Amino acid sequence: MSVLTLENVSRWYGNVVAVNGVSMTIGPGVTGLLGPNGAGKSTLIHMMGGFLEPSAGSVTLDGTPIWRNPDVYRRLGLVPERESAYDFLTGRQFILAMAKLHKLPDPGAAARRAIDRVEMEYAADRQIGNYSKGMKQRIKMASALVHDPPVLLLDEPFNGMDPRQRLQLMDLIRKMAAEGRTILFSSHILEEVERLAGQIEVIVAGRHAASGDFREIRRLMTDRPHRFLVRSGDDRALAAAIIADGSARSVHLTPKGLEIEATDFQRFTWLLPRLARDAGIRLWEVSPSDESLESVFSYLVAR
Amino acid sequence: MNPTIAMITFRAMLGRRRALLLFGLPLVLLAMAAALRFTDLADLDTTATILQRFGIATLLPLLALIAGTGVIGPEIDDGQIMYVLTKPIPRQVIVLTKLVVAIVLVTLFATVPTLVAGLLMSGMTAQLAPAFAAGVLVGGIAYSALFVALAVVSRNAVTIGLLYALVWESLLGNFAPGARSASVQQWALSVTDALTDASVVRSTVDLPLAAALLALVTAAGTALAVVRLRSLTVASAE
Repeated sequence: MSVLTLENVSRWYGNVVAVNGVSMTIGPGVTGLLGPNGAGKSTLIHMMGGFLEPSAGSVTLDGTPIWRNPDVYRRLGLVPERESAYDFLTGRQFILAMAKLHKLPDPGAAARRAIDRVEMEYAADRQIGNYSKGMKQRIKMASALVHDPPVLLLDEPFNGMDPRQRLQLMDLIRKMAAEGRTILFSSHILEEVERLAGQIEVIVAGRHAASGDFREIRRLMTDRPHRFLVRSGDDRALAAAIIADGSARSVHLTPKGLEIEATDFQRFTWLLPRLARDAGIRLWEVSPSDESLESVFSYLVAR
Repeated sequence: MNPTIAMITFRAMLGRRRALLLFGLPLVLLAMAAALRFTDLADLDTTATILQRFGIATLLPLLALIAGTGVIGPEIDDGQIMYVLTKPIPRQVIVLTKLVVAIVLVTLFATVPTLVAGLLMSGMTAQLAPAFAAGVLVGGIAYSALFVALAVVSRNAVTIGLLYALVWESLLGNFAPGARSASVQQWALSVTDALTDASVVRSTVDLPLAAALLALVTAAGTALAVVRLRSLTVASAE
């Protein structure tokens, strides 16, 4: 059982702050690092993987610092986001080389186990350069698993995978977590994280925006004021009806239509068509105006 | 030395298209030497000029540049270095292995061809061929250390290395004698000069100084590469 601890970690590049005062503890099981692109997820994973020095704060694995400490890799496996492995090697040669670099007592057996684990035996004698994206991801996974580390870091492991490959990898990650490993993966897709991670850490604009299990995060993301833009046959009358009902926090009458901020998302979406029908108003357009993940995230940050 | 890293590096070096340069340049030297030999034009002066101009001043820096930057630069650029760095291997072992591979390549593709070309043209006369080979060998070691360090420090290692070898050593060296003394080429030539009786080879730097500078550059380059690799920051995707 291993624990990764981040204490008040910041990282800046010149004047740009990429990660800002993040503290978290990552224990056994699957933890999802969720955030929009450019939020600082990769920077965080690079610091956890020892490829980037924290500008401030500390990143430790079971109490030992990770930066400039190659010994930490005995207990840590890292699957980088970049696709390129050694394309001129076959999958088997690559994994065997990784096993030897770890100085494992029986590199051949370890390599076989790791290749089996990711179900790549059938393609192990082909050159990595000829692998599909999903196969590359799996062989990279095997390279990180070959020394059977208690901690595994995966940077955007599902990027570019087709749905079947995605399910396979999710299965594999679940199995490894069930064995008591500490697994962290990053993603910008809520559904991926939700399906796989017991614990979710949300990063937005370099800050630790939220933390919890998927129910909590889901609630945070839906129980918030939703904005809609509504165009109708009679905006004024519709505005009056909505205000009378009380399910909206505010209603703005603008030349483009009504800007409505709903407090109760479910009730509002159920109510709006009925209100319009009862008042005899024709709805032309109902569009959520801030449904992008980024706006969900920025709400979490502002909270 | 780590045999696994050495194996991967050799395969990467010899499998890449750049490897054609490794084979091509020494072939040109050997072809030239063979042509001179069979037309009986190869006197001691010509041999010395060719080995100096083409061997030490062209083949050596170019091959050392290809080998020295090639053993580690592309791996850092493409990110595969992550697979080596995420292993419990001391960083100096990685750098030393890369350096040894570069030196082996320079020896195979610059030192040996220089020796063979020299023997073809002048045999063992005045020890000219082995003297040049020795010069290329020590120069190759220093250059390799220099270029390995450059490849760890900068993404533009090849450009900087070319500028150094061509502009500083070749061009500037012709005009400013001071610049000429501060060049790996000249130090390598000092070693050659000391080993041959031929009067045509003349270097501007004394042997003890040249030897000390060669050792210094090799040690400093290696140390710099180790230090920088220890805190190598992998370019983030963001």
